[in-house]
Amino acid sequence: MTQWTATAVAVGSLAVALWCLVGVLRHRPVQPAQFAGMAVVELLVLAHVGYGVAYLLRGDRPASLVTFIGYLVAFAVILPLGAALAWLEPTRWGSVVAMSACLVDPVLVLRIHQVWSGVG
Amino acid sequence: MADRVGTGPGRVLVAVYGLFALSATARAGVQLGTKYGHAPLAYLLSALAGVIYIVATVALATSRRRLALGCISVELAGVLAVGTVSLLRPSLFPDASVWSGYGSGYGYVPLVLPVVGLWWLARGSRARSGPVPPADRGEA
Repeated sequence: MTQWTATAVAVGSLAVALWCLVGVLRHRPVQPAQFAGMAVVELLVLAHVGYGVAYLLRGDRPASLVTFIGYLVAFAVILPLGAALAWLEPTRWGSVVAMSACLVDPVLVLRIHQVWSGVG
Repeated sequence: MADRVGTGPGRVLVAVYGLFALSATARAGVQLGTKYGHAPLAYLLSALAGVIYIVATVALATSRRRLALGCISVELAGVLAVGTVSLLRPSLFPDASVWSGYGSGYGYVPLVLPVVGLWWLARGSRARSGPVPPADRGEA
């Protein structure tokens, strides 16, 4: 699981997290452009998940199959869930939620890589 | 509004509780399903933690103050008890549970989360019983 999508998700989600932090500091809710940014990152996430599924279909097996699939599912849903919660909370706290969801993505990229290669 | 436990800063709490509900339950499910015999106590405690996180998430999101208070109290007691036992009797925990070492495997978030949760609930009920003095209303 060393794909360009891993780097793209990590960089993209950290960038959007920083963008949301600006909103937190300025007491602003998540703006439409920021939701769009989260959508772009989610597309990269889904591309990464696609690679993972393709690996599995090709017959490659991670160190722990069930854990790997669990992480892929969590990875796919975390940003949409965070965005939905931020949508329900049109205050600065929505920006905190969006930022938190974006910060979880790089961690999940790392964990998916670790689970695939059997570290931890 | 005081009765709105799950809005404003509370929404962040709902998000973090939701994240822990998801991760603790999924992890415990995998461990119980694939290697139950290896560390049954740790895995069952993780599953219990997962269920408590799920109920707490729902209680916070739907502003069920009493239920949230109960869950978060049990959670705080759990992380303190399991954390202490895991340090005193490590042989009981061949594999880590969510609450082992006071949640050190999760950056101590399991220890901090119930404290923040109780503070948030206490703050809300104080606001409900009377007007909040201006000094208390400001941003932290």
